[in-house]
Amino acid sequence: MKTDDLINLLAAGEVAVPRRSASGRIGWAVLAALPLSFVILFAEYGLRRDLVQAMFWPMFWVKVLFPLCIAVAAFVTLQRLARPGVRVRQAWWGGVLPVLGIWGLAVFAWFSLPIEERMPSLMGQSWRICALSIGLMALPVFAAAFVALRRMAPTRPALAGAAAGALAGGLGAAVYALHCAELTAPFLAVWYVSGIAVPVLLGAALGPRLLRW
Amino acid sequence: MARTTVGRRTDWGDAEAALRSLFLRGLDGDASAYREFLQKLSAHLRAFLGKRLFGWPDEVEDLVQECLLAMHNQRHTYQSDQPLTAWVHAIARYKMIDLLRAKSVREDLHDPLDDDLAVFAASATEASDAKRDLGGLLQTLPERQRLPIVHVKIEGLSVAETASLTGMSESAVKVGIHRGLKALAAKFGGTAS
Repeated sequence: MKTDDLINLLAAGEVAVPRRSASGRIGWAVLAALPLSFVILFAEYGLRRDLVQAMFWPMFWVKVLFPLCIAVAAFVTLQRLARPGVRVRQAWWGGVLPVLGIWGLAVFAWFSLPIEERMPSLMGQSWRICALSIGLMALPVFAAAFVALRRMAPTRPALAGAAAGALAGGLGAAVYALHCAELTAPFLAVWYVSGIAVPVLLGAALGPRLLRW
Repeated sequence: MARTTVGRRTDWGDAEAALRSLFLRGLDGDASAYREFLQKLSAHLRAFLGKRLFGWPDEVEDLVQECLLAMHNQRHTYQSDQPLTAWVHAIARYKMIDLLRAKSVREDLHDPLDDDLAVFAASATEASDAKRDLGGLLQTLPERQRLPIVHVKIEGLSVAETASLTGMSESAVKVGIHRGLKALAAKFGGTAS
């Protein structure tokens, strides 16, 4: 077929596209999937019993807000990666800085604790299930973000997949924080960050396979 | 855009403005503006890709068609406050890398995959024949996608006429066109390797 014939084919009939028809897709996908993470939380884990009391502890808010910051930064980054020719600029720093912050806090806490309390503050009571649980909480948003991305046009699919993973992992960790009883910075720095890193790596691996267009 | 010098910008600044206005009118439903946009765009793509694929002149027209189809299918991802050059360049580059990766000769490329946005700097209207037979690809689509494309896009019938002709609902016709063009784009990529 000649290129002119293809052009005639593409330009025939209705060519209109509603303006901004793409802008809300990822946001709506996240909003639709997030309740599922809460369903998993309530069905399999439950809220921590002292949740109301915990809300008065600064460390509880660190635990909820540092993954949320990652998720917000990942969302902004993803919106840019999903469109051809839009520069990512500095948005990804918003995902790196909270991790650096929690690592700094953990190093400080580690060296200010007596030696015999250091390992317990790192392993807590629940290190075995923490990263896996965050991954489970992240799953609905992860899948929804990929479905939304498949209808967009990411030209760097591995990065887009990783950003989708960071979005899902950040939200998953923030939801899981409502159940988890650990409150030490070393625990968060290792196990929460690992829990978020798993969907990031998975997204980076799946992106080039699933996001081709 | 801070990296772009003023002197370079004037080379394709006019083309950017003209193409963008045609494209935006097309997105609002003006089919003749959209056709003119695609025609001018294809000339720019032909020059842009021809310069970078001069080792494989046979591939250029195929890639031009593949880019046009991809840009049509992804036109909803263009933001009207964004330079059209950046959007077009990113898609053309993505499709070109795809082709080169399929050929596994990226390292032999004389002209590296540069970041400059000179996609509108030149224009070539002489189209050579595409190797790939788009008509043949169309035949491989299932009927619910092929018939809407043939009736609406090639024969020029309205969506309503096509619906009554084929017994499909109007929304099924629209969905068939949309999915069919996406499937064509996918088949394009598949045969490139």
